[in-house]
Amino acid sequence: MATAVIETGERETYLNKEYGIKSWLLTVDHKRIALLYLMGITFFFFIGGFFALLIRLELLTPAGDLVQADTYNKLFTMHGQIMVFFFLIPAVPAVLGNFLIPIMIGAKDLAFPRINLLSWYLYMIAGVMMLYTIINGGVDTGWTFYTPLSTEFLNTHVISAGLSIFVAGFSSILTGLNFVVTTHRMRAPGMTWSRLPLFVWAHYATSIIQLLGTPVLAITLVLVVAERLFHLGIFNPALGGDPLLFQHLFWFYSHPAVYIMILPGMGIVSEIVCCFSRKRVFGYQAMALALLGIAVVGFLVWAHHMFVAGISLYAALIFSILSYFVAVPSAIKVFNWTSTMYKGSISYQTPMLYAFGFIGLFTMGGLTGLFLASLGIDVHVTDTYFVVAHFHYIMVGGMVMAYLGGMHFWWPKISGKLYPEAWGRLAALLVFVGFNLTFFPQFVLGYMGMPRRYWDYSHSPEYQILNVLSTAGATVLAVGYLLPMVYFLWSMRYGKPAPDNPWNAAGLEWKIPSPPSTYNFEEQPVVTWEAYNYDELDKRAEEVPVAH
Amino acid sequence: MHTSPPATVEGVAHENPALLHHFATEEQQKNAANLGMWVFLATEIMFFGGMFFAYLVYRYWYFGDFGAGSQSMNVTLGGTNTAVLICSSLTVALAVRAAQLGKQKMIVVCLILTMLLGLVFLGIKGVEYHDKFVEHHVPGPSFYFPGHVPGHVNIPINQQHAQIFFSLYFIMTGLHALHMIIGVGLFAFITLHAMRGRYHPNYYTPVETAGLYWHFVDIIWIYLFPLLYLIDRSQ
Repeated sequence: MATAVIETGERETYLNKEYGIKSWLLTVDHKRIALLYLMGITFFFFIGGFFALLIRLELLTPAGDLVQADTYNKLFTMHGQIMVFFFLIPAVPAVLGNFLIPIMIGAKDLAFPRINLLSWYLYMIAGVMMLYTIINGGVDTGWTFYTPLSTEFLNTHVISAGLSIFVAGFSSILTGLNFVVTTHRMRAPGMTWSRLPLFVWAHYATSIIQLLGTPVLAITLVLVVAERLFHLGIFNPALGGDPLLFQHLFWFYSHPAVYIMILPGMGIVSEIVCCFSRKRVFGYQAMALALLGIAVVGFLVWAHHMFVAGISLYAALIFSILSYFVAVPSAIKVFNWTSTMYKGSISYQTPMLYAFGFIGLFTMGGLTGLFLASLGIDVHVTDTYFVVAHFHYIMVGGMVMAYLGGMHFWWPKISGKLYPEAWGRLAALLVFVGFNLTFFPQFVLGYMGMPRRYWDYSHSPEYQILNVLSTAGATVLAVGYLLPMVYFLWSMRYGKPAPDNPWNAAGLEWKIPSPPSTYNFEEQPVVTWEAYNYDELDKRAEEVPVAH
Repeated sequence: MHTSPPATVEGVAHENPALLHHFATEEQQKNAANLGMWVFLATEIMFFGGMFFAYLVYRYWYFGDFGAGSQSMNVTLGGTNTAVLICSSLTVALAVRAAQLGKQKMIVVCLILTMLLGLVFLGIKGVEYHDKFVEHHVPGPSFYFPGHVPGHVNIPINQQHAQIFFSLYFIMTGLHALHMIIGVGLFAFITLHAMRGRYHPNYYTPVETAGLYWHFVDIIWIYLFPLLYLIDRSQ
């Protein structure tokens, strides 16, 4: 193969260095592992999305007529578990983080390349266990595994689902461990902490949550599985156990998990906003500290998921106040992105459209989070579609928008090809419109009182019109998600070759060829500039015009 | 900082075959490995922390029943095991020291001693489990734990609450034992490498990081022992 490369005069890259299935399945190159993850994650995204579409179809009419009640319970459970544990949590870190962090800090690879490959295998094993669960009839506890429902009253595949998520958690821990050690030990000379791109800071903060939160979920799932297998009573009130203890342990991880999903997205948006505003980020230090602040405060708010579960009023008050505190670093982020754009020379390429979408939708998701953090309103809207709309604004409106923005931004670097810009903008528009059409009506539905997880609402047919809108939106959203997959694949074969730096962006990843070679850098880079030095970059561009 | 060993076949930059391509120096590689293990141990603290938290809640709620359960433990065996583990920590530390000094045989001897002590611990643990099984102290349909709460002759032991104590006992010590088994496996692997003379004063990172792991597993036991065996030994 090597000769073929020379004959065609093609440069050797991480993509064409070796061919064959073995060169992928046994690779320790972080870029190839990122692509392996991309395939797994895309697969599970569409499985989870398929379940979501079935849910929306069922809710098109008030009567429970498309699927049976039990099936519906399984649909929303599997949708939640797959989307949370197999898409939202790994997606940005394992794909974009994996690909970019070593390059952004000037390293040849992550600190532990073989552990990186191991984490992908664990993810795939967990995925196979989840598919086994689905094929065997699924699980219907809700994604939260609440006890004693999951340990005593249901006879679905709780054990295989629980173990699957345990293994996926192991994979997530190993990714976080790799990122923390890499950020500490592998930075190039001159790449000080205050010069790190915010994308790296975001992943550092995320990794800390993954490392300290995930083990608690792991032990909780071990206890649930042990309780089911051996009929123990640790979480079962009938046997002297405490279901609230389960909820405390579960949410100790699963609330911070929301920040595992959103912080990497914030990192992506910071990169995109600076590039397409041609400005240094406003308040770099505040932005980095806000990421760490969210990670820390995020660990202190878990019981706001339990306001109506029977915790004491005083505990609830304290958790309510602490939950408000999350708004402070979150607001710093939103204001600083906006300030970065202020008087910048903004251009509206696809990644920037997604970044705009993220900032607006994340703000709405965040503000409605404050409604839920206040005790009085929370009692009214607990377990209604208001909650569903709120967290989808954060996870889909926030995280998925950022993920797609990042995929478009770095696709030329990853694949070495340009995606069709017009199609990109169209898809971004479809996603934005489809998303809002799907989830905004759910805020109204929830406020009117429609409970979540109901399969039939024939007692109150007045909810139908909003549900029809929501289902229509989900259809548009589905098209918006399919389009990028189609034109990304298309571009790999037919796209125009990407220049090294198509956006004229700052950052080490744009100083190397697209796609990069296996060891990223020909020689050890030495960093002498601050992050987002767009002033210098544009000044230099004026002096030496770059051919496009 | 390291002094270069005698020139290798090619006499090129990669003097140490253990230096992986993506690290600039041996020191960087060693620091990365050590930090990696410390970070991993932080996750382990959170993993066991979930169980310690559950223990804390139920010890507070079911104070007397936990005392009674604790009194049924065999302190002699538990105490012996504590001593065994502390000795094994010493032998690990000696193995690391031997590696630093380049004493090849000493590394192997210390590691084998460590594994033996680990296996002794697991054996004694197995005897204890067996005793619990014979006494019907294993949670499940045949669980039977008669008696009264320590210091309160008229308060009988609540069977469900005692079962929670024994559930936690088996899960906590069971997961601890699993970590010991993994540790012994790691040392078996490292001993094989040590016999081939792979470790020398410039490269002994696996010995050191596995040692860190082993010390951590010991420390977990140092907390498990009083919480499960010693909480109600005043009489």
